[in-house]
Amino acid sequence: MCAQACPITAGNEFNRGFDFRAAIYIKYAQAVPLAYTIDRDLCIGCGLCEKVCLAEAIRYDDEPRRTELEAGAVVLALGNAPFDPRGLDTYSYAEFPNVVTSMEFERILSATGPYQGHVQRPSDLKGPQKIAWLQCIGSRDINRCDHPYCSSVCCMYSIKEAVIAKEHSEHDLDTAIFFMDMRTYGKDFEKYYNRAKEEAGVRFVRARVHSVIEDPESNDLILRYADESGNIQVETFDMVVLSIGLETPKGLVELAERLDIDLDKDNFVETGTFTPVETSRKGVYVCGTFLEPKDIPYSVMESSAAACGAEEILSDVRGTLVKEKTYPEERDVSGQEPRTGVFVCNCGINIGGIVDVPAVTEYARTLPGVVYTEHNLFTCSQDTQGKIAEVIKEERLNRVVVASCTPKTHEPMFQETLRDAGLNKYLFEMANIRNQCSWVHNNREEATEKSKDLVRMAVARAQLIESLPQPTVSVDHKALVIGGGVAGMTAALALADQGFHTYLVEQSKELGGNALKLIDTWRGEEISGPIKEMVKQLEDHPLVDVYTESNIKEATGFVGNFETTISQNGTDVTVKHGGVIVAVGAEEYKPSEYLYGDDDRVLTHLDLDSAIRSKEERITKAKTAVFIQCVGSREPERPYCSKVCCTHTMHSALHLKEMNPEMDIYVLYRDIRTYGQREELYAEARRRGVIFIRYDLEQKPEVKKNGGGISVGVKDPILGRDIEISPDLLVLACAIVPRDNSPLAEVYKLALNEEGFFLEAHAKLRPVESATGGIFLAGMAHYPKAIEESIAQAKAAASRASVVLSRDELTIEGVISNVNEILCRGCGKCEDACPFGAIAVTEREEGKRAAYVQGALCKGCGACAVACPTGAAAVRHFTDSQVLTMVEAALAM
Amino acid sequence: MSAEYEPTIIAFCCNWCAYSAADLAGVSRMQYPPNVRVIRLMCTGRVNPNFILKAFELGADGVLVSG
Repeated sequence: MCAQACPITAGNEFNRGFDFRAAIYIKYAQAVPLAYTIDRDLCIGCGLCEKVCLAEAIRYDDEPRRTELEAGAVVLALGNAPFDPRGLDTYSYAEFPNVVTSMEFERILSATGPYQGHVQRPSDLKGPQKIAWLQCIGSRDINRCDHPYCSSVCCMYSIKEAVIAKEHSEHDLDTAIFFMDMRTYGKDFEKYYNRAKEEAGVRFVRARVHSVIEDPESNDLILRYADESGNIQVETFDMVVLSIGLETPKGLVELAERLDIDLDKDNFVETGTFTPVETSRKGVYVCGTFLEPKDIPYSVMESSAAACGAEEILSDVRGTLVKEKTYPEERDVSGQEPRTGVFVCNCGINIGGIVDVPAVTEYARTLPGVVYTEHNLFTCSQDTQGKIAEVIKEERLNRVVVASCTPKTHEPMFQETLRDAGLNKYLFEMANIRNQCSWVHNNREEATEKSKDLVRMAVARAQLIESLPQPTVSVDHKALVIGGGVAGMTAALALADQGFHTYLVEQSKELGGNALKLIDTWRGEEISGPIKEMVKQLEDHPLVDVYTESNIKEATGFVGNFETTISQNGTDVTVKHGGVIVAVGAEEYKPSEYLYGDDDRVLTHLDLDSAIRSKEERITKAKTAVFIQCVGSREPERPYCSKVCCTHTMHSALHLKEMNPEMDIYVLYRDIRTYGQREELYAEARRRGVIFIRYDLEQKPEVKKNGGGISVGVKDPILGRDIEISPDLLVLACAIVPRDNSPLAEVYKLALNEEGFFLEAHAKLRPVESATGGIFLAGMAHYPKAIEESIAQAKAAASRASVVLSRDELTIEGVISNVNEILCRGCGKCEDACPFGAIAVTEREEGKRAAYVQGALCKGCGACAVACPTGAAAVRHFTDSQVLTMVEAALAM
Repeated sequence: MSAEYEPTIIAFCCNWCAYSAADLAGVSRMQYPPNVRVIRLMCTGRVNPNFILKAFELGADGVLVSG
């Protein structure tokens, strides 16, 4: 209402100026908190908004306030800004309406965007037939914008935009991505790239774009570009999307100065490989793109890692500022006649604008078991919560139904109100009349009728729901870390430094893992020193027990209460612990191709590092070296990018050039994927004269023995002809392959992806958690990654694990399976059906076998209840009668 | 109300995916006919074939199980 009353109209920044907003506005539909704010720069001071606000929520004369907080640690998650391409005349972004940035195109594609998700171009709002994406705008460019780094995320988002644009378009849309190197290096990214090419039909054009000019009549755009062989091509598009990179805005540079935090030459926060989230100022941590451009999963990992840093330095005072909330004793309502209260929400105008809320409220009063109804402007507001609690007491309600938004976001809050009023939280039911009614229907009569039906269904169910017990289980505060590489060691130290006793299990004789085989980090930092220091810290740490030459034999239990048998050189030790971190690493692929094993001049990356370190003659005397990239990676049988090999090749080539500046070095590659600031190594290698020749999967290099020498044949796409090199060294940039993870996955009921890496609970938002409670992932067991990323993920896993380990007890949810032992005949069908290993047939007493549910493992899915032939297994809160009454109510018209 | 045929559809939706998707359709303001009545379950694994038969028996014209 306030926004409607506001006389001001201004460009809506969130939709990139494609549509309008008032001076009082909500930034975007999913904003948290979802509340209006006044843009003081635009506000003319009429005060209309305050007058029309029914909830009296606007404090029109509010002033900025200064608050001082005392904190023991600070985390900077300040993000980054999209690059502004207005300064680049080649693309005429500011002049031509149909040249848009990728951020603008995101809004165009969005259902809440300016065109409601229809693919339209700005000049005439017509659906385009052809769209081009131009990559690396404001990235990998020192000539026009002084950004030598790769922005890391643009390749993937451009593919995504092209695929979605095709899906949203009403006709056959032609999409073409003009790129230098396609950098789909993340977990499952390469498969997405392949699908975009093969299934969605997105065109990928390897090119350097010369210019974009406009046909002034049609506003179409004419693209001039050089193809891979250097020939100039011209193609016309209806729309051009500039895939802009990320940069640190001026405001953040100034803020960093005020905070006394060092930035590097690209204006990203300076950190080290072994301290990936620590700034130059002690106690100040950083995460996300303020550190380097990166995608969501790595930002999430770093955020938990930064939290871990804070937890370590503040572990002594953990929990000291926490105020424990207490609840009144629960009323026993068993055996009572249901007395239901129904609260119907207007949600401002979100529901009330479509649904006749008073009519729905009145209708609810007529339903059986209902003794109280009311409707509210916002049922979720704090004062209404107080009112609901009062009504529960005054009217002796024993069931509460709220008809409003969705239980996915608001059920926990209303359940809290029930608990405050002395009711069991499961005596609550919601009718979703906003997300699934008023927002998706625009006919008032139909939406009102549907709302009545939804309320009737909810009330019917409310009559049958019962109070449920929520037992607690104690938590063992110890942790188990599996894998003694850089990730496992980091996780174990982080946990022990927070005060959790930690068992660290390593299969080989010594700790250190793959990192010990490398010469130094890509930034040139020493590795073996910090690793030895970590080993020493672990060995000396009073809270760490290290088990080398050990394997996991078996495990039982669940979050907070695991029991694992470790087999050390054939001797079994059983330990109890509350959480697990899986950090078993990965290994280098041992190739069968390119003469590997036949000729000692053919080396893998790790072989090369070891040979350089011991200054072997085959290295020091070599005059010509060839690197072949993607050996075993990005192949049909291993369709993923191993992520670290391009950077390692650059780094190795520079090492060789340092030893012998005259050495001729050739890199045969498919796409160079030196993401982020690693791009500078690629630039440096080119400066030092390393020659890069691209090859295709269909036309791989050929390696033959030629007399006493090796001959490498490859087709040079720029020259368009076959060339032959006779190197003294052939280095194979081999894939990183997972270990044989299935036995461990079996022991802890963990999922692996198709390639055999451990699967996280959510690819973007829960990248360090497994789907099993209390078990976390770190390092290359999850996917190939650089040391600093493994360390960040390990710290993140330790932080997530500490959320479990720091508690004294865990509450088991009430919505779990329950077996009626009288009906159970011990057939075991439930055990077969359970995906979580939560139900098993055991001998209950002499001769009587029955199913038993481990509450902490049960997710309440109900598969056992469906499998059970006798009706003995039932899921609380979703029993047959509690579900069927909704079916009956839905159809009782 | 018009006399045209208006089917009634019962949808059993998994809390974690299809139900959330129906919520997201709302957030995105996607318009669809108001004939469906969603019943939220913790998993479509909970859908007993009896639920579907019962819905048809009581007059549902269609049943959607989504999860």
